[in-house]
Parts: sequence; C-alpha cells; structure tokens
Amino acid sequence: MIPLSHYLIVSAIIFTIGAVGVLMRRNAILIFMCIELMLNAVNLTFIAFAAYQKVVEGQVFVFFVITVSAAEVAVGLAILVYLFYQRLTTDVDDISTLKG
Amino acid sequence: MIELIPLAIFLPALGAIINAFYPRKRVARIVGPGVVGAAFVVGLIVLVGLLALPPDQRSRDVYLWTWMPGSGLDVYMSLRVDPLSILMTLIVTGVGFLIHVYSTGYMADDPKYARFFFYLNLFIVAMLVLVLGNNYLMMFLGWEGVGLCSYLLIGFWFYKPEAANAAKKAFVVNRIGDFAFTIGVLWLFWWFGTADYTTIFTRAPQVFKAGEPAIIAITLLMFIGATGKSAQLPLFVWLPDAMEGPTPVSALIHAATMVTAGVYMIARSHVLFELAPITMQVVATVGAITALFAATIALVHPDFKRVLAYSTISQLGYMFLAIGVGAFSAGIFHLTTHAFFKALMFLGAGSVMHGLANETNIFRMGNLRKYMPITAYTFLFGWLAISGIPPFAGFFSKDDILTETFAKGYVGLWLIGVITAALTAFYMSRVVFLAFFRRECFSHDAHGAHPHESPRNMTIPLIVLAILSLISGALLRLPVNLNLGFVAENSLIANFLAPSFEMTGRAPAPEVDLNTMLVLIAISVGAGVLGIALAWIIYIKRWIPASFLTTIFKPLYILFSHKWFVDEIYHALIVLPALALAQFLSRIIDRGVIDGVLIGGAAALMRLWSRALRWVESGFVREYAFLTLIGAVLLVVFFLFRL
Repeated sequence: MIPLSHYLIVSAIIFTIGAVGVLMRRNAILIFMCIELMLNAVNLTFIAFAAYQKVVEGQVFVFFVITVSAAEVAVGLAILVYLFYQRLTTDVDDISTLKG
Repeated sequence: MIELIPLAIFLPALGAIINAFYPRKRVARIVGPGVVGAAFVVGLIVLVGLLALPPDQRSRDVYLWTWMPGSGLDVYMSLRVDPLSILMTLIVTGVGFLIHVYSTGYMADDPKYARFFFYLNLFIVAMLVLVLGNNYLMMFLGWEGVGLCSYLLIGFWFYKPEAANAAKKAFVVNRIGDFAFTIGVLWLFWWFGTADYTTIFTRAPQVFKAGEPAIIAITLLMFIGATGKSAQLPLFVWLPDAMEGPTPVSALIHAATMVTAGVYMIARSHVLFELAPITMQVVATVGAITALFAATIALVHPDFKRVLAYSTISQLGYMFLAIGVGAFSAGIFHLTTHAFFKALMFLGAGSVMHGLANETNIFRMGNLRKYMPITAYTFLFGWLAISGIPPFAGFFSKDDILTETFAKGYVGLWLIGVITAALTAFYMSRVVFLAFFRRECFSHDAHGAHPHESPRNMTIPLIVLAILSLISGALLRLPVNLNLGFVAENSLIANFLAPSFEMTGRAPAPEVDLNTMLVLIAISVGAGVLGIALAWIIYIKRWIPASFLTTIFKPLYILFSHKWFVDEIYHALIVLPALALAQFLSRIIDRGVIDGVLIGGAAALMRLWSRALRWVESGFVREYAFLTLIGAVLLVVFFLFRL
C-alpha cells in the first residue's frame, strides 16, 4: 500500500504549482485553471486522509468542494466573458482601476 | 346659551381651514367674512345669555377638553365667559367682521386672496383663544398665535424687503416681551401648581402679601410682555414698521385688537397687579410717557399710516395709564371706543391708498373730500372721536381716564395726559387738513393718481364704524342709576364690567364732585379744541407756516422727526452687539472650532491614515492573491508552532 505521505507530497506539489500559477500568470483563464489545480490538490488530501482513517466525511467534503468550484467557475467565466466584451482583454494586470 | 361660546372659536377656525385647503377667491370672499360674522352673532347670543344672569353670577367656565393631563397639574381647554371676555369677543369679531368685509374690496386684486383670509381667520381664532381662555396657558397659546398671524400678515407682501424686514422686526421684538411674559406665567404656574384664573385669583391674596417682591417681579415680567405686544416703551419700535402690511391688517391687528392684548392681559390679571402697587405705578407711568412720546413723533411724521400707528401707540398709552391707576373699566372703555375709531381711521387710510395708487405721504394728497367723499367724511368722525370732542366716543373714554387719574391723585400723569390730548388733536387735524382739505398736491399725470371713491364693500364698513365712533361712547356711558348722576362708576360699561373687576379689600375710589369733573372736562376738551385750532391756523389758514415752526423749534423738530433716535439707539446698543456676537459665533465658533477643528480635524485624521495605507490597494489582482497567500502561510505557521 502506498504510504499516506506520498499522497500528501503529490498534493502539496500540485497545490504549489497552482498557487505559483495564480501568482505568476496574467491570463485570467489560466488563473482559473490554477485555482482548480489548488482545489483539486486539496481534494486529493481529503480523499487520502479519508481512505487511511476509514471515515466518509472527507469524501463528502470533496463533493461539496467540487460543487462549489463548479458554481464558482460558472460565475467566474460569465464575468470573464463579459469583461472580454468590455475590454477585449483577459489580462488581469490591465484591470486595475480599483486601486486606492 | 352661554355654552354656545366654543362656536365663536370653531367657526373662524373652520373658515381658516377652508381657506387654507381650498384656496379659491369666490369661496374666500363669502367664507372669510361669513364665519367671523357668525362668530359675532354667537357672541351676541352669549351676551344675551350672560345678561340674563344676576351680576354676581356672570362668570361661567365652559369646559372643552383636557389639554395636558397630569397628576394635579392638569391644564384644561376651557373657556371663561364673563363681561370682560365677552366684550373683547364682541370687539374682536364685530370690528373683525367689518374689516373682513372691507378686505374683500381692498384685497380684490391680490393673487393671494384666499391666503389673506386664511391668515385673518386664523388671527380671529388666536385672538379669541387669548381673550376667552380661562387659564394663562390658553392665554399664552393665543398670545403666541396672534403674534404668528401678525408676523405672517405684516410680511404678507414678503417680496418687498421692507415688509419682510418689518415682519422680522415685529417677531423679534415681540419675542423679547414674550420671553418675560413666559417667565412670569411659568412662575405663577410653579407657585400655584395651576394656570387656572379662578384658583390663582382667589388664592393670590392669601399667598402674597401686598407689595411682596415675588408678586412685583411676576407682574413686572408680565408687564414687559404687555409692552411688547401692545407696543409701549421700550418695545414699541415694531408697530410703526408693521404698517408695511396690508391696511386691513393694520386696522384689525395693529390698531383694534391684537395690540390691546396687553391691556386685556393686565385687566384680566388685575388681582395680581393690585397686589403689586409698584408695578401699577410703573404701568401708569410707562403708559403716560408712551402716550406723550408717541404723540410727539406723530406730530411731524409725513406718512399717513405711520401717524396712525404712532397714534395707536399713544392711545394704548392712555389705556395703560388707566389700568395703572386702577381705572380698569375706563381703560377697557377706551379700548372699545379706540377699536372703533382707530379701525375707522385705518380703513379710511386704506381707502385713500386704494383710490390714490397706494400713496401714503400726506403731503402728496389734499382736497380728497372732493374725490372720495364717503372716506373723507367718515374719517372726520374718527378724527373728532380721537380728538376728544363731545359727543364723539373718544371724548367719553379719554375723559374717564383723565378724570380718574386726577381723582386718584396722579396730577403729573394727568397733566401728561392732557398735553397728549392736545397733541393728539393737533396731529390728527394735521392729517385731516393735509389729506382731505387744502389744495391738491398730487399729480394727475399718466401713471399717477386718478383719485376715486372705493367700492361699496369698503365704504359700508367705514360708515358703520363712523356711526359707532359717534354713538358708542355716549351709549356705553349712559348712567344706569339716574340718581347717582354721571360719575364713571355709574355708567353702563362700568356696571357691565364690574363683576370682572371685583376685588375684596380695595380702597374705594375717591369721589369726584361735579364741579371738579366739569372743570376737568373743560380742560381736556379745551386741549382738544386748542390742538385742532392750531392745526387749522397752520395748515388751512397758513397764518403761521409750518416751515417757520420747524426752524424755530429746530432741535425738537429734529428729535421728533427722527423718532427720538430710538431706532438708531437700539441699532447701536442692541442690534450691532448682537450682530457682532452672531458674527463671532458664526466665524470663530461655528466655522473655526466646530467646522474647522472638530469636523475638519476628524476628516484630516482619516486622510492621514488612509494616505499611509493607500499603497496596499494597488488594483492588481495578483498582488492581492500574493498577500492572501502570505496571510494563509502566516496562519499556518502560527497554528503549527504556537498550538
């Protein structure tokens, strides 16, 4: 059986890739994808812990996370499409009018 | 029948409501005068009911509702019907009705016709509350109500700056008096635990010793209120300016009714005032001095209405003189006759203005009797009445005041009264001769005057008032008991009013024998005739030209024509310091401290903080994400190593 630490290491790597992607990328669609990456990394930890500790709550949580992220993508993409109509760009650094 | 009295208030109130919420000229011209006339009829019915009672029971309270319920401090809306209040009611509604009718003609072309009648009706309501209330709080309610209506009506043509300023002046000056009056009334309320007349007047002689400082202070405060409302020294300055209002207003409010509220108030509170002999002397002295003072200004003033205004102040001075020497019914008698003849003269002045393109300068009139005979000849009735020529009304009432003043030993005040009588006759004759006689001094040019008689709804009130000015004095002065002769106490009016002015422990009035009385009458009539004769010599015959007199008496002329510089003195002593204080408060305290330091300081503090923190909000989403990440990492570190 694969030890738990492997899962956690993989999940940490994926999460870091996602986090770095969110910080480095300027294209909003890619940022979205990186966020998905981070969420799924977390999902992986949930599943791993749930399997090793023989409880179902972790799996239930994952369903919730998937649902919420699906909803979030729906809203986020709608915003993005509308933003593109308005600005003809998806570069988040071009959208900085909300500064103090 | 006495229980009908609330109708006298409710009917004009209904009229006011209709004119306020359904302002149509065709409605107002019927409803406006109609409700006041109806109130007058109610007053007459109540008078009949009152006369049916024996004299010692002629004081009834009509309870309406509890105004302010409180444990032991209830204030009731309840009306007092007694000879004094019913006489005042009849004057207010009777003269008021005539002036309402007159106004339908005078204001005919005014775009705010219905509003005018709304204010007038409201005034009648407030004045009736003042005179009919049976406690000091109702009197105060009416007192402030008439002040409000006076303000609204003086400023009726508010687009004229003079009118707006005059209204403001009247309001502010009255406020000064009302402030003192409020303190006096609240003091009474505090002392007796009630504002009710009956309780206060029955308990006052036990609570206060005669001449005690507290009662002197209370009555003096109330008297200051009266000087404000009734335009006596030193608070008279608003009344001449109040002539900026429409002339019917000057006649109704600033001659016949509202300005007599002070006289009424003191007459109503005579029990309190009689407990304070010092106050009574102050009242009498202030009254006499005001009478003389205002008459001197009227001698030289060129404005028709303002001469009448100063004359009103002067005549009110007589009333206060009467009240002050304890001749209450004589004072109220003069109040009654004055209401008739002064309303008549004001309406006459209005009629002249109506026919002469709003001219008020008597030097630009002349020979008007040819163009407006009814106005001119009715005005003569008022002139003879105020000059004290028998058998006109003013003669009887003024003479009663002077006789009683003399009889009670105030020879100095009596002398002032006689001198004032001569001056009064002179300045009124001056107005009459300049305006209605001598040659024409107005121009007949294109935009100028086409003098014409006023319409019938204006002349009929004049005629009625002229008749009243002729007969009311003699009628009210008729002796009740023929055996007692013509002494003042035996007259119809004094007998009628006696129940209102009863007081136990008052020294009986000194007797005046017939010879003294005849001499006094001869002197006061002589003074009146002298005044008229002088005016006749100067303004008709021109044996002594007026300009010659002004050069001889130059210092006096300057003093009189500048109204004794009272406005200037008040301006320097009161208005300017008040303005300086207001400037200081507005510039330094309000703008500097409150706006600058407190409000501006708080804002500046926030601006400083936000400047320090502003760089965080860059607008770059990735930067926010980075900060969020750092935060998350820090949290993780915190939980890992601290817990």
